[in-house]
Amino acid sequence: MSEPTLAVIGAGPAGLAAGLAAAARGIHVTLIDSATEAGGQFYRQPAPGLGARRPQALHHQWRTWERLRDGLRSHVQAGRVRHLTDHHVWFVERRGAADFTVHALLGPEEEEPAEVRADAVLLATGGYEKVLPFPGWTLPGVVTAGGAQAMLKGGLVLPGRTVVVAGTGPLLLPVAAGLAIAGATVAALVDSADPGAFPRRSRALAAQPGKVAEAARYAGRLARHRVRGLLHHTVVEAHGTERLEAVTVAALDRGGRVRPDTRRRLVCDTLAVGHGMLPHTDLADALGCRVDGSDVYVDEEQRTDVPGVWAAGETTGIGGSALALAEGHIAGRSIAARLAGQEPDPSGWAAAARAREKLRAFFAAVDAVYAPPAHWAEQVTDETVVCRCEEVPAGSVRAAVRELGAGDLRTVKLLTRAGMGWCQGRMCGPGVAGVAGCAETAGRRPFARPVPLGVLARAGEHGDLPEERDQ
Amino acid sequence: MNPLRLVRAEPGPAFTVTLDGREIEALPGQTVAAALWTAGVTSWRGTRGEARPRGLFCGIGVCFDCLVTVNDRPNQRACLLPLHPGDAIRTQEGTGHDE
Repeated sequence: MSEPTLAVIGAGPAGLAAGLAAAARGIHVTLIDSATEAGGQFYRQPAPGLGARRPQALHHQWRTWERLRDGLRSHVQAGRVRHLTDHHVWFVERRGAADFTVHALLGPEEEEPAEVRADAVLLATGGYEKVLPFPGWTLPGVVTAGGAQAMLKGGLVLPGRTVVVAGTGPLLLPVAAGLAIAGATVAALVDSADPGAFPRRSRALAAQPGKVAEAARYAGRLARHRVRGLLHHTVVEAHGTERLEAVTVAALDRGGRVRPDTRRRLVCDTLAVGHGMLPHTDLADALGCRVDGSDVYVDEEQRTDVPGVWAAGETTGIGGSALALAEGHIAGRSIAARLAGQEPDPSGWAAAARAREKLRAFFAAVDAVYAPPAHWAEQVTDETVVCRCEEVPAGSVRAAVRELGAGDLRTVKLLTRAGMGWCQGRMCGPGVAGVAGCAETAGRRPFARPVPLGVLARAGEHGDLPEERDQ
Repeated sequence: MNPLRLVRAEPGPAFTVTLDGREIEALPGQTVAAALWTAGVTSWRGTRGEARPRGLFCGIGVCFDCLVTVNDRPNQRACLLPLHPGDAIRTQEGTGHDE
């Protein structure tokens, strides 16, 4: 009988940390990732053809990445880790207590299927950016802050010459700093958060001096590039016809309402906007894992409540790369012990557990400070498209609530088609919920991405799968 | 400063692709979206309902806003699809299946 196998889904910080920890303890790991290079969104690498000799100029904590990358390389060479790139996982099938089939589509066309068998699964599927709607947000030139950063890190391109970075959350700082050092003029960094709220949570902050220093470094860089910070401000509208030409920003009052006398117009060709992040929970949800709010539930060992399934990183709650590394490490060690039929000894990962506890407390404080303005939905006009795929305006959503009695996202979707398009509500979910005045619930999707019907029909029909070729 | 200089990039030889028949240059490994941004193009789709212009939004394959027709295959995500010499990109109208 061969050694126990683990399928790690996602090659970002959490998946890499878990894969390396498990491989080092005798587990045969298959690392399955949609990108062509490991690293995830945080350590997104430029395409090799671009020949970047100093990619670290666009990165933070490069030495950590080098350690992960070198670890992966040596485990792959030793045959302990199989790294499957360009594999887009759409479903994880649980056939028994220690019998899983991971179903993927081979990219970038995503039409050819691939299947991977494993005794255990680690979900390290990361997160994506949340953007709340406002008039003009569908104009070309308006991009997510993380999207602008991804294009910069991966494609070495800038979205435009003059950029406004806006929204709320800790991601805006590195995005604005990155765009500025790469040559864009950052006209303003607009954050709706009230920085005065931080001192009230000083205990969680004091526990993370590194994070405070990191923020200070970004602030210093922005000052050097003369980036104007407009705190407690929000973008009210994006202007343009065929593409973005300017944005109107305004200050917020204490209650989170726009102060009309403070509106001003900023000329720009790009708006990089984000209001925090959301975890990818589709695979976990389809496996039957408990999802609390928007986060996959895990125990102290990073186990979900479904036997054989672990989760780590943003999918268990947004908390950044350091937390993802700690969670991944713990998960990998737990998996190695459990697959070997042993009870794991948590004292072995005490340092990672302490880091996890502190970082979770820190990000709980960050979450509380960086909340979107309380009354943001009032700025969304009836004409504003809220569901980008199905082109559903806010007025239709409001009519569904007022006239047809829709009181939850699912009913709004059935009555208006909001959330029924290509992205399956991933982008519009929070926006539609806010405009409708109903609870923001995690979407329930049977598959994590669109699947060709032919692939779906044939999935799992192989009695004995041929071992997939190594890459 | 530009991003290529910042990371001291020494890209492989640039190659030509077309956007609606017009030649544009791409670098090896760049996605459709990256090459179009470099060429100053930010919009490459008209929506199905009201033919509104759209381009890249999420940049990581989640939103499907950046759909485009490449080599007669419609609905490709420009942010994910790497380009090859001679690829023909076409602005996508409607569902992309009408043409």
